[in-house]
Amino acid sequence: MNVVTRGMPSLSGLTNRSGTTPVAPDTPVKIDVEGLQFYYGAKQALEDISIRIHANLVTAFIGPSGCGKSTFLRTLNRMNDIIPDTRAEGRVRIDGQDIYGPGVDVVQLRRRVGMVFQKSNPFPKSIFENVAYGLRVNGLARSKAEMAARVEESLKAAAIWEEVKDRLHESALALSGGQQQRLCIARALAIRPEILLMDEPASALDPIATQRIEELIYDLKKNYTIVIVTHNMQQAARVSDHTAFFWLGRLVEYDRTDKIFTAPAEKLTEDYVTGRCG
Amino acid sequence: MTAADHAPVQAGRGNAGRLWADRAFQAVGLGVLIVALSALAALLYDVWSDGYHRLSWQFLTTFPSRRADNAGIYAALIGSIYVITVTAVLALPIGVAAAVYLEEYGGRSRVAKFIELNIANLASVPSIIYGLLGLGLFVRMMGMGRSVLAGAATLALLALPVVILSTREALRTVPMSIREGSYALGATKWQTIWHQVLPMATPGILTGLILSLSRAIGETAPLITIGALTYIPFAPDSIWSPFTVLPIQIFNWVSRPQAEFKTVAAAAIIVLLILLLTMNAAAILLRDRYQKQGRV
Repeated sequence: MNVVTRGMPSLSGLTNRSGTTPVAPDTPVKIDVEGLQFYYGAKQALEDISIRIHANLVTAFIGPSGCGKSTFLRTLNRMNDIIPDTRAEGRVRIDGQDIYGPGVDVVQLRRRVGMVFQKSNPFPKSIFENVAYGLRVNGLARSKAEMAARVEESLKAAAIWEEVKDRLHESALALSGGQQQRLCIARALAIRPEILLMDEPASALDPIATQRIEELIYDLKKNYTIVIVTHNMQQAARVSDHTAFFWLGRLVEYDRTDKIFTAPAEKLTEDYVTGRCG
Repeated sequence: MTAADHAPVQAGRGNAGRLWADRAFQAVGLGVLIVALSALAALLYDVWSDGYHRLSWQFLTTFPSRRADNAGIYAALIGSIYVITVTAVLALPIGVAAAVYLEEYGGRSRVAKFIELNIANLASVPSIIYGLLGLGLFVRMMGMGRSVLAGAATLALLALPVVILSTREALRTVPMSIREGSYALGATKWQTIWHQVLPMATPGILTGLILSLSRAIGETAPLITIGALTYIPFAPDSIWSPFTVLPIQIFNWVSRPQAEFKTVAAAAIIVLLILLLTMNAAAILLRDRYQKQGRV
C-alpha cells in the first residue's frame, strides 16, 4: 500500500466535487450531508464529508479498512452517540431536518433510520420476540393479532418466513449465520423505517447466504432508502446504484456505480477499484 | 527468568527442564489441594461425628432450653431464614439499581471513580463495623429496635458492596452488539437496560447475590453488636420481632461449660452447613435455568 500511496494524488480540492449529486438522479434527495467532521476524542475520523443520498436507491460506501465508511454510516442514525468522547460537527439533514440539531429525539430518529450490523446480533430470545421487540418498545402494535401480523410481514419482507414459520418460538440463536442476519433485517424492517443502514451485512456469510442478502437488498429498495457499507467491491457493483469511495476519513469520489467502476474521475478511485491499492 | 539463565544450554535439556517444571507444578498444586481438602474433610467429620446423633425433627422444631437434652434450634433456624430473606429483599433492588447507575449512567467522571474505589473498600470492611453502624443507624436513630428488620438492614449493608461489584461485572459482560441492536430499533436507554441488558446479566447478578448472602448468613459479630438475642423462646413473626440466628445460637452453646452443649452446637453447625449448601445449590440451579432461558 505504501508504494501506491506515495504516488497518490493530493486529496485537497476533492471535497467540492464529492459533494455533487451523481448525474441524472432519478429520485429525490433523502439524506443531505454538509461539511461533516467526526472525532473520536482528539482523533479526527471524518473530514469534511458532503454527500447527497437519494431515496429508493442503494448507495454503497467502499474503501479500505479504517477509512471512516462505517463511522460515517453510524453518524446517519447517531449510533456513535453511545460511544463516549465522540463528537460530530456539520449538518446531516434527513428530509430537510438536521438530525444533529437541537431538540432532536434520537430515539425517534433511530425509528426512522434502521440499522443492520456487520455481525448478526439477534437478541437471546425467540425468533418471534426478536422481531416483536422493536414494535413493543415503540408501542407500535395495539393487539396481539396486529403484533403477529407485523412480525409475519417483516419476516416475509426479509425472505426468511418460509424457513422459520414453524419455529417462531424457538431461540433465534439456533439459526444459521445467514438466517440470523436476515432475522436482523426483519427486525429492522418491523418498525417500518424509511432508511436502512447496513454495515457490511454479508461479510461473515458464505456465498449462498450472501447472494440471498443481495437479492433481498435489491427487493427492499422499492420501499426503503438503503445505504450499505461493503468491503467487497463486486458486491458494491452488483447491488448499488450509487457508490461513494472513502479514503483516510475523506470522501474521494461519489458517482453512479457503473461510472465509479468503469470510468472513475479520480486516479485514487481507479487504483482502489482495480485492486492496485488498499 | 530461568529461560534467560539457561539460554546457552542446548535445546534438549532446556525442554526437559520445562517439562520437569510443568510436572513439579502439577504435583505441588495437587498436594496443596489435598491438604486443603483434608483439613475441610477433617473438620466436617469432626462436626458430623459430634453432632449427627442429636439431629432429629424434634431438634429442628423445639426452642432452646437450659437442659441440653431438650434444646432445639427452631427459633434460630426460623430467625436465620427470616433475616436472610429480608436481607435479600433489601440488598437486591438497591444493589442492582446502584450498579446499573454506576455502570450505565454514571459515566467516567472523577466522582464515579471515587465511588467505585470506595465500594471496593467497603467490601473489605470488617463486619463488626457494619454492626456498629447498624446499631447507631437502624436500632437507635431510626428506632427499629433489635428487630429482624434492623438485623437484615445491617446484613444488607454488608452484602451490598459485593452485590454491586458482581452486578457491575455481570453488566459488563453483556456485549455491546446487543445494546446497539436494541438502540438501533428505537429503544430508549432504560428499555435497553430493562429488556436486554438486565436479563442477560441475571445469572451473574444472582450468583453474586447468593454468594454475598452465604457470607451474611454466617455472620455473628454484626448481629450481636446490634443486640440480637442469644436466648428466645419464640420464633420471629414479623419484621419487628426480636430474633436470633444460627451462628449466634452456636456461639452461645459453644461457650457453655457443659460438654452436652458442645454436641448440640455441633448439630446446629450441621444444620447451618446444610442451609448454606442448599442456598449455593439454589444459586447454581437458578443460574442454569436463566442461562437456558437466555438460549431459548
